[in-house]
Amino acid sequence: MSRRARLALFAAAAPALAVTLGAGLAGLPSFGGQITSYARMLSELAPRQRHITDVVSAISFDYRGIDTLFEEFILLSAVAGISVLLRPLSDETRQLPEDKAPDRTIPPPSPAVWLLAVFLSSMLVLTGIETITHGQLTPGGGFQGGVILASALYVVYLGTNYVTVERFQPAPLLEAYDGVGAFGYVFIGLLGLLAGAGFLSNVVGLGVTGNLISGGTIPLLNLVVGVEVAGGFAILASEFLDQTAVIRTRRR
Amino acid sequence: MSEAVIAVALVWVAASGTAVVLTRDPLRQAFVAGFFGLALAFLYLSLQAGDVALSQIVVGAIALPLIVLLSLAKVRKGRE
Amino acid sequence: MSVLAYGVVAWLFLVGVYGVVTSRNLIHLVVCLSVAQSATDILLLEIGYRTGGHAPVFVGLPAHPGPAVDPVMQALALTDVVVGAAVTALLLALAVQVHKRAGTLDPDALQATRD
Repeated sequence: MSRRARLALFAAAAPALAVTLGAGLAGLPSFGGQITSYARMLSELAPRQRHITDVVSAISFDYRGIDTLFEEFILLSAVAGISVLLRPLSDETRQLPEDKAPDRTIPPPSPAVWLLAVFLSSMLVLTGIETITHGQLTPGGGFQGGVILASALYVVYLGTNYVTVERFQPAPLLEAYDGVGAFGYVFIGLLGLLAGAGFLSNVVGLGVTGNLISGGTIPLLNLVVGVEVAGGFAILASEFLDQTAVIRTRRR
Repeated sequence: MSEAVIAVALVWVAASGTAVVLTRDPLRQAFVAGFFGLALAFLYLSLQAGDVALSQIVVGAIALPLIVLLSLAKVRKGRE
Repeated sequence: MSVLAYGVVAWLFLVGVYGVVTSRNLIHLVVCLSVAQSATDILLLEIGYRTGGHAPVFVGLPAHPGPAVDPVMQALALTDVVVGAAVTALLLALAVQVHKRAGTLDPDALQATRD
C-alpha cells in the first residue's frame, strides 16, 4: 500500500494498540511484588537437586532443556538462511580484488593495531572458554561464551585484513562446528533415553556443588551450545565479510 | 536505593530507544544502537539478571554493530 | 514505579513500531525492529523482579540473603537476546540482497517482481 495509506492506518491503529497495551499491563501484579511459585520452588530445589550454584543455567539446560534445544535450532536455521541468502548469485563471481598497481603492495596494519588485535583476541578466547566452562557456577554459559569466542575472530579481522582472517576461519571448519554443536545436544539428550530415563534427563554423575565438573549433563550441554553458537556467529560474520570483500558482479 | 537505580536505568533506556528510532541515517544509527545496548545491559544488571546482561553486552556491543556496519559497507560499495 | 516500569515497555514497543512504519531505509527499519523486540525482553525480566531480591546465583551470599528473583524469566530472556541477534542478521542479509536486485533501500520505492 502507498505510504500515505500506511501512515493513516498506523495513526488510527496506534492509539488502539496503546490503550490495549496499557490495559493489559495494568492488570499485571505490581512491579517487584511476588514471583510465581514455580520460580520459588526452583530456587529452593535446584542447588540441592543438581549440585550447581547458577540456577538460571540449570533451568536452561536441565529443567527446561527442550526449550534450549529449539532455540539452538532456530539459531542454526537463521545461520543457514543467511548462508543461502548471501551466496554468490548467478551474475556474481567470488574472487579477491585484483591489484591495479602490482608494484605497490597494500600497507600492512600498523604495529600498534596488530599488537592490540593479538592481545585482545587471546584475552577474548580465554574469557570465552572461562565463561562456557563456568556456566553452572556463575552467570555465563554456552550462549554468552560462544559469542565471546566468535568475537575473537572479529577482532582478528579488525586488526589485520581479510586474507589473514580467512586463513583462521575456513568455511568447512566453521560449518562443522555448527553441525557438531547442534548434533551434540541431541546426542546428549539421547543418552538419557539410552539410560532408561526420559530425553534430556540428567543421567551423568552429579558431582560436588561448587566444583568445575558438577551438575551432570549441564556442563556438557554448555560445551556443545558454546561450540554451536561460536560456529554460528563466526559463519554469520564471514558471510557478510565475503559480501563486502570478495563477491562482486561479474564483468562482461 | 535499588529502586532509584532501576528508575534511572528505565529512563535511560527509553531515551536511547527513542534516539535510535529518530536517527534516520543508518551509519549514525549503528552507534546510537550500541549506546542503546549499553543502556539495556545496565537495566538488566539493575534488575539482578546477570546472565541476560552478559548476553546483551556481547551481542549488542559486538555482534549487532558489526553486521550493521558490514551491511552498510556492502550497500555503499554497490552504490558506487 | 509500576507505571514507569511497564510504561517504558509500552513506549519502547510503540516507538519501535513507529520507526518500522515510517522508515525510509531498510537497514534503519531492521534496527528499529530490534528495539521493539528488546521491549519484550524487558517485560519478561520486570515480571520476574522482586523488591530486595538478589540474583539467582547461590554462591558467596551473605548470612541472611533475601529472596531470589525469578530465574525462569531470566532463562527465557537469555536465549531470546542471542537468537534475536541472529534473526536480525537474517533480516539484514535480506536487505543487502534486495539492494542488489532493486538498486534502492527505500521501502516505498520497491515494487513486486513481475516474473
